[in-house]
Amino acid sequence: MGIGTEEGRKKHQARSGWLLSLPALVLLLVGASGPLVIVAVYSFLKPGEYSGVQWIFSLEAWFKVLLEKDIFDGTISLADAHLAIFWRSAKLSLLTTAVTLVLGLPTAWFIATRPARSRALWLFLITIPFWTNLLIRTFAIMEVIRNEGILNTALLALGLIETPIQILYSGTAVLIGMTYVYLPLMVLPLFAAIDRFDFRLIEAGYDLYASRWQVLRRVILPIIRPGIVAGSILVFVPSLGAYVTPRVLGGGKNMMIGNFIELQFGQGRNWPLGASLSMVLLLIVVVALLIYVRTAPQEDRHD
Amino acid sequence: MGETFAVEARDAVKVYGTGVNAITALDHVSVTVSRGEFFTLLGPSGCGKTTLLRCIAGFETPTSGAILLSGQDITEEPPYRRPVNTVFQSYALFPHLTVARNIGFGLEMMGKPKAEIAETVARMLALVRLEEFAARLPQQLSGGQQQRVALARALAPKPQVLLLDEPLSALDLKLRKEMQGELKRLQLETGITFVFVTHDQEEALTMSDRIGVMRAGKLQQVGTPRDIYDRPANRYVADFIGETNFLTGVVEGGAVRLGSGDLVRAALGGQTGTVTLAVRPEQIRVVATNAPGAIPARITGKVYFGTDTHYHFALVDGTEVVARLQSRAQGEDDLPKGVEVGLQFEDSSVQVLGP
Amino acid sequence: MTERRKRFAIETLPGFTAIAIAAFVMLYLPIVTLVAYSFNGGSSVAVWGGFSLHWYEVASQNAAVQGAAARSFIIAASAAAIATTAATMAALGTTRRGKFTGQTFIYLMINQPLMVPEIVTAVALLIFFASIKVATGYSGLGYLILAHSAFCIPFAYLPIRARLEGMDGAMEIAAADLYANPWQVFRRVTLPLLMPGVAAGAMLAFVISLDDVVITEFVKSAGQDTLPTYMLGQLRRAVTPEVNAISTALLGMTVILLTAFFLLSKKRD
Repeated sequence: MGIGTEEGRKKHQARSGWLLSLPALVLLLVGASGPLVIVAVYSFLKPGEYSGVQWIFSLEAWFKVLLEKDIFDGTISLADAHLAIFWRSAKLSLLTTAVTLVLGLPTAWFIATRPARSRALWLFLITIPFWTNLLIRTFAIMEVIRNEGILNTALLALGLIETPIQILYSGTAVLIGMTYVYLPLMVLPLFAAIDRFDFRLIEAGYDLYASRWQVLRRVILPIIRPGIVAGSILVFVPSLGAYVTPRVLGGGKNMMIGNFIELQFGQGRNWPLGASLSMVLLLIVVVALLIYVRTAPQEDRHD
Repeated sequence: MGETFAVEARDAVKVYGTGVNAITALDHVSVTVSRGEFFTLLGPSGCGKTTLLRCIAGFETPTSGAILLSGQDITEEPPYRRPVNTVFQSYALFPHLTVARNIGFGLEMMGKPKAEIAETVARMLALVRLEEFAARLPQQLSGGQQQRVALARALAPKPQVLLLDEPLSALDLKLRKEMQGELKRLQLETGITFVFVTHDQEEALTMSDRIGVMRAGKLQQVGTPRDIYDRPANRYVADFIGETNFLTGVVEGGAVRLGSGDLVRAALGGQTGTVTLAVRPEQIRVVATNAPGAIPARITGKVYFGTDTHYHFALVDGTEVVARLQSRAQGEDDLPKGVEVGLQFEDSSVQVLGP
Repeated sequence: MTERRKRFAIETLPGFTAIAIAAFVMLYLPIVTLVAYSFNGGSSVAVWGGFSLHWYEVASQNAAVQGAAARSFIIAASAAAIATTAATMAALGTTRRGKFTGQTFIYLMINQPLMVPEIVTAVALLIFFASIKVATGYSGLGYLILAHSAFCIPFAYLPIRARLEGMDGAMEIAAADLYANPWQVFRRVTLPLLMPGVAAGAMLAFVISLDDVVITEFVKSAGQDTLPTYMLGQLRRAVTPEVNAISTALLGMTVILLTAFFLLSKKRD
């Protein structure tokens, strides 16, 4: 009589689930995911004469990501210019992650330990920069570190320096900028982790003769680790693919992968190389996310 | 074919999941509820009582078996086509609608004319004494008031059967007592069949016309509160409802020989061999050791409960027996620990439960 | 004077408060400076020339800015509407029902724009749309609206889904019990209860679209600047306080929408 109804209901649920998701899936397929396949295909083609591609299979673009062939004697060597860009991207992204963690952990802790009423306000203060246009924020930090900006003006007025420090258009400027821009991305997941943290555990730690440092090292950090991992991924991934901040603050010399990719579609006129570089960036991000997904469930079992 | 019942479950089975993970929530349950009856499903959480209720409401479909309403098979009907309403444990009041709109929701969905809805809502508000709260939102009401709105909302469409899923469990003790009376009054006034689910035996005993005791998806016993309390069908029912002393013995003639060697008379109904006797603590009398039929025992402890005191006794073989006696005035205690006394069981109070 | 010993505060860790305050100062000092200088009367970005709305006037009378602003709003409004509709349906399709095959795939697809670096998506869309432009000859705002709709979906989806998950399933069961058919349940109970989430999602989508630089920069055809890409173009040349004024206006917009979002999401049940 009623046998099989559960199965029927399940099938019906799956079908309506798919149907309801369909418009979103189509939009995403056309406006985001689908074109990634084209990029993958382009990375195996030869560059067109002025721009675009020639439909000839070639591994040249992938080869060029790391290696270069001498025009005269045909010897193959590592592409130093490319390596420099990768190295700078990796270094700046890791440094940004580290600095935002050092700044973000105390900030998140501070917010999480406010009384309930003011906590919402502090959190709101973090979310405003988070949602503010990245370009505006980059522009704002640029105003501060310019030669005539308030940082140099203040240092000059205090007599600490005699001539303005040239920060803008340097690697340091990009680091400062990315730290500034991505700090909220670190604070929010850390806050979420600390907010769930049971503060009685700290009391237990102190009760069992741990010092403040030991409580931090042995109790707090291990428990909020998922938040630290999440925040680090959230900062590292966009840092690695950053485009606006290095372009505005780094000047022409401090290119990161994102700018290098753009170059291939602009002046470089090497779409296949741009495509293979994009794929490399995407692969790194996917690996980072996979590492995160692998660690996350185990952390969940922890608490 | 004689009486058509308000609700009937015929051999209802509900299995969740498949294979090794399968959980049987209802195990061949058959039960009937008469028109105008206050019927209670009683059992611990996870016994299947809420599943049965949800099958009647239409939120679940039984894996096999049938649910009948006034003799009609409604097993496959969706909930919105069943003339049955539910009072939810969490009340499930619509937070975006006023009290009046909540109460009128069912009638509105049935497409009743506005005037009729307004009239019924007013009547329902009066019935649950919430006239002045018509324009409030549910979250502006106290727990007890929300409970009454939920009741009014479920009663407004005049269902054939009202299902109540532990509706009083979220209330504090005092309010719960009050609402128990209120529920009974509403049921008498409206004459609607109530199917009430609870894990609280006292609630079940005080309010119900009949009780069905459930355990692990199976119906253990159905009967009036008196039946269930005085004549429990098995050890589980006797243990779940009220407190009981279980004594093991062997049938010897028309009586039972306990492990202590004492002989207890009981209505055996043809049982032989080893049996379990159930004796309620309040049906034990403490007498002098030399009184006729007295079973010798020693007081091993007592716990004061206000009006009652529970005395713990040990029979000669060490078997523990608890008796509930009215507390005496202070200083009048003549039953200190260690004293030897005699215990008497009233014949009619001893239930024979099989081994 | 009795010596007062400092109470041992369980939650305080040494130096944390100082770093936190410093971080807040660091976050807000540049923004405050930017806002302040947008009201600078002088023509230099460095010297304070008295309070004035001069640069707002300059910006608002600049035809390029007007065009970019109009475009930004058209794109953001369209993208928010499309993304929110699609996200609401998807949230209803993926939340509060049993697991079904392909559910993980749908989650991955929806969250994809949050995971793939923007520059990669931007490049992909550049290639894809370039060939469509050649094939169809159409080069209107449609490409930008499509791209924006796609990357706004996860932002609209998250608050709607959160709202749905927090919603008491008993509400809908109660409605069905009270004779509402499935469509009536949706119209009369689910949707009204979901509305704050939908509004929040739409607002986030609008803000995200309004703020986008990278994808717009790559997808736009000539003469299709939005406010952010216009500003990026300006930054390449000498910085004028006009950009300060536009930034402040956009910032104000974001703050207003965010405040509304917070008030909406606070209004729980």
